[in-house]
Order: sequence, then structure tokens, then C-alpha cells
Amino acid sequence: MKPRSMVLSTRGMKMLKKRGWQVALSTVMLAGLAFTAVAGWIGTPIGSRNFAIAFVWIGWFAALIIILIPIFGRGWCSICPIPMVGDWVQRGAILGPQGSPPRGLGLRVPAVLRNMWTQNATFALLALFSASILTSPRITALAMVGMFALATGLSLVFERRAFCRYVCPMGGFVGLYSQVAPIELRVASREPCAACQTKACFNGSAEGYGCPWGVFPAGLTRNNYCGLCLECLRTCPTNNLAIRLRPVAADLAVPSTRRDEAFKSLLMLGSAMVYAAVLLGPWSSFKQAAFGIGSLAWLVYAAVFLVLVLGLLPGSLWLIGRFSQRLARRGEPDSRANSPRARSPFAAFATPLVPLGLAFWAAFSLSFFLTNGSYVLNSISDPLGLGWNLIGTAGVAWRPMLAGAIAPLQTAVLLGGFIWAARVARGVTARLQLPSLPLIGFLFLPTIVMMWLLT
Amino acid sequence: MIIDRRPRFARLAGWGLIAAAGAAIAFIPLSPVRTAPRHVTLRVEAAQFAFAPSELSVTPGDTVTLELVSTDVVHGLYVDQYDLGVEADPGHTSRLTFVADKPGSFRIRCNVACGQYHPFMIGRLTVGTPIASWRAAGLAFLALAAILLAVARPAREARA
Repeated sequence: MKPRSMVLSTRGMKMLKKRGWQVALSTVMLAGLAFTAVAGWIGTPIGSRNFAIAFVWIGWFAALIIILIPIFGRGWCSICPIPMVGDWVQRGAILGPQGSPPRGLGLRVPAVLRNMWTQNATFALLALFSASILTSPRITALAMVGMFALATGLSLVFERRAFCRYVCPMGGFVGLYSQVAPIELRVASREPCAACQTKACFNGSAEGYGCPWGVFPAGLTRNNYCGLCLECLRTCPTNNLAIRLRPVAADLAVPSTRRDEAFKSLLMLGSAMVYAAVLLGPWSSFKQAAFGIGSLAWLVYAAVFLVLVLGLLPGSLWLIGRFSQRLARRGEPDSRANSPRARSPFAAFATPLVPLGLAFWAAFSLSFFLTNGSYVLNSISDPLGLGWNLIGTAGVAWRPMLAGAIAPLQTAVLLGGFIWAARVARGVTARLQLPSLPLIGFLFLPTIVMMWLLT
Repeated sequence: MIIDRRPRFARLAGWGLIAAAGAAIAFIPLSPVRTAPRHVTLRVEAAQFAFAPSELSVTPGDTVTLELVSTDVVHGLYVDQYDLGVEADPGHTSRLTFVADKPGSFRIRCNVACGQYHPFMIGRLTVGTPIASWRAAGLAFLALAAILLAVARPAREARA
């Protein structure tokens, strides 16, 4: 394994191993979640003036996409308030690693559900109702409380964080794109782990609890399923785990083989395009259909959305994979049937969609944030819409920020995403001994469509 | 020992050419084809949460009067990058007159919080050619060409 530099000094790692700061930060976030839900429920019904909408969907979401995920990967998950209470109740402790006795049934999540399909379904559901969730304070409040209740409830039925790992729609989103982050939590050396008898990182010890994400940290090769809860740093008896710097997108060097992850990538890519067309485009019929939940037009919109993200995009990628295989096999004897070229490259071909999808979401968020950012200032100063002016920004007039720079910025982000994706595609196809041009062509088409939609 | 540096020079020259082409596409000023200026009046109806028509088109240099008519609640119309806006009460017509001297494609938005979907009440004003879109597309095709060249070269070298 190539050695990578530590992000933190020894003193920094010692600080990180203390649980108090994380509990304190999570508690602040929990208070923020409660306040946001209250603001959403009792505050002004005008979304752009309500704290729940302006702060969460305009401010937090843009920060998550543009800054937090690309730099810290799943860093948000380490302080996310949604699973906190369930976690505390399940363990029977807040500051300590494990109370006695732990509460809940502690069942294992059924094998059929131990994948990303449920997360894909919850994200698709969220996407279908996104116009209402993004604009209605009460629906945002209900969604937050619902996620909190579900996470807490699942903690009482299943072991570890079943909600985060298998259900949370945002968790799948964050996990997918955390693969590009320049930091990782990994073991320094495999030998101590092989010799370790207790596997305290997974099973827990007096120093900390077992991995709440159900991951064996010694086997981590990608960021997807590590929630950066940092418990394994606390439990490892040999201090063999650390947070390290690494090349950007190092996880993508080895293509995924999982179809659920491939569909996640396609779902995210397609959703970003649909959002750009419906929410930021000029087509009023699209908007009316997306806003009219339950109407015939909305059903058509929902059907078109699902066909695009679950049929057209995956089908096209599958065909591109088959076409690439045919190109590669031209003139070769049939004896190569067992070579890497014989297996379907569908899942592997979705790997370049990770940087491309992140670029799509960043470009979309840039437009949304720079145009509506002034609402965040209004809502911070008057979060409940009661006429307060806490920091003197309640009356700031709406005006887009950097209006002339939005399109060039979006173009640069999309171009960068495409070039990055093409680079990943070359690596993937080289591994599979397949030509890269069909996959690069496939990546180009949505890029040019997204550019047209946004600029 | 003589080292043949021609492939390296060729590669550098190639990337230099691509960079120059990219800079040209991105930054060369383009003056729009100007026809005789007209005075154009466009009537736009605003209702929760859409403009009708939602796509407007004028020629660079035109003096444009937008007549905003609201059919339900108070709405506004703001033109991105022109930084101009107008508001209309229900049943009343408000007018905004300006010279369309910036070519391109601009979002028009409601700038009065008019209800739940207000942030997405968006239309489009196109003044002449949407230059930013064409520049973006040009850069994308250039990037594709550069990537294809980069992919093709090792393949040629491998065959050789």
C-alpha cells in the first residue's frame, strides 16, 4: 500500500479521539434541526422567507455540494443530528461508548436490504416531491421530523445505524460523491489487523463502540460506507487507523462492480438534469406538472422522470458497454469468453459518472445559491418570520449575486467535470481492456445537455 | 548522445494550440449582428408560478418595453444581468423599458415573493444569439476533441 500523509499531527489525532467535541457539535446540530423544524412549522409559509427553506435548501445544501463533500467527503455524516438520538438510545449512553444494557431489538438488517436499492428508492421518492419539499416550509419540517423519527425507530429495531447505511436518501448521495474527497480513514498497515484478536473496531471495546455503519474498518478501500464517526480511531488497540490525505478521487481508480451503486450514479445524474430543466428552465408546462402533485400532469412528469433515470440512462449505458465489448472482441477467438471483456461492464462504466454527477450538482447549486443567497441573510435575521431583525439583514433586498459570473462558472465546473470523468473513464476501460471512446462519448452527451440547460 | 525531442515538442505544441483555441472561444469579443433598432413591446402575463410567454426574444439594440400583467397576486419581473425589475399588482399593467444592448440569454424571474414556488418562477429573454451558450458548447467540443486526441495517440503508438 502506498503510504499517504496524515492529515493531522499526533496531537490532532489525540484531540479527534475524544468523543466530547463530537457529541457537543452533534448536540448543537440537533438543536439546529429542532429549531429548523419548528421554524418550518410555525414560521411564514413563504418558502423563500422561511428559515427552514432558505437556510437548509439554499445555504446548507449548496455548502454540502460545493464545499463539504468535495473536501471532507462524509464529514457531514460525522456530526449529522438525524441518527444521534437513536444512537444514544441504542447504546444507552451519550458520552460513554456503551451503557448497560443496550436498548432495542438489535436485529440484523435482512440480507436482501443490505445494499443501496432502498436508498435509491428513497432518493427517487424525494426527487419526485422535491418541488414541494424545496419550497414548502411545513413539508420540509415534516420531512426532517420524519427522517429523524425513522432513524430513531430503526435504531430500536436493528443493530447499528441501519437508517444511515441503508435508508437515508442524503446518505447515499453524500456517500457516492465522498469518493472524490482528498481524505480517507484507513488502516496504516494490514498486519496488525490480521493479528488482532478482538477486532475492537467492529465489535467495540471499553474505549468506544463498534463501527455503527457495520463496516470492518480494516477492509475499507473506499469512502462510500464510512460515516467518519471516528469510533474506530478510539477503539483500535494498536492505533493503526488514521485520517490521511490522498490523491483526489483515489477511490475511483478501481471501478465499482455493484449495480445498486451504478443505478445510484445514474439516478443522481438524471435528477440533476431534471432539476435544471424543471426548476431553473423557462418551460412553464414542466413546472406546472412538477408542482401539481397528484394531478395527471404530475403523474406524467413522475413517469417521465422514472423512465429517464431508471430506464433510458441505464439502458444507454448498458448498450454502450455491450458496444464497447463488441468493438474489443472484433477478430478475437471465442476462447476469450472468460476474459474481463466477457463480463458486463455496466457497473464499472458508471464509475466516471461520479465526478460528472458531482459537477452537475455543483453547477446546479451554484445557480440556485448565487441567485437566492440573499434569502439566507433574511431568514437568519428573522428565522420565524415574526418581524425580528437579529443581525440587521432581515430587510436586505433580493438580488442575484455575481449574476454575470454564474454562466461562466457553471461552464467551467461542467467542463472540469467532463474532463475529469473522461480521465476516470480511460482508467476504467483500460482495466477492462475495452475501448474508451464509446464511454467518453456517452459522458459527453449529458454534459452538453446540462450546459444547454444551465447556460 | 542526441535525444529526439520531437514527440515532446509536438505534444506541447498540440496542447498549446488547444489552449489557444480554448482561450479564443472563451474570450474573443463578438459583436452581434445589428439590424436597425426597433421599439418592441412584449406583453407578459404573470400567474402563479409562470410567465406567459415564458420565452422572449429580441434583437440587440432594440428598445424593449415589457408590459407585465399579473392575473392573480402581486408579481415582479427581473431581468438577470440587466439588473432591471418591475412589479405589477393584480389586474394592473406595469411597464419596463430598456435598451437590449447586452446580447445573450438571460433568465427573467419573479422578484416579489409570490407564493410557494416563487423561486422557480423563471422565464428566458434571448437578445440576439445566446453567446454564452455557444461559447460553452464550443469549449465542450474542444475538450472532447482534445480528449479524443489524447486517447487516440497511445493507441496509435501501441499499434506502431
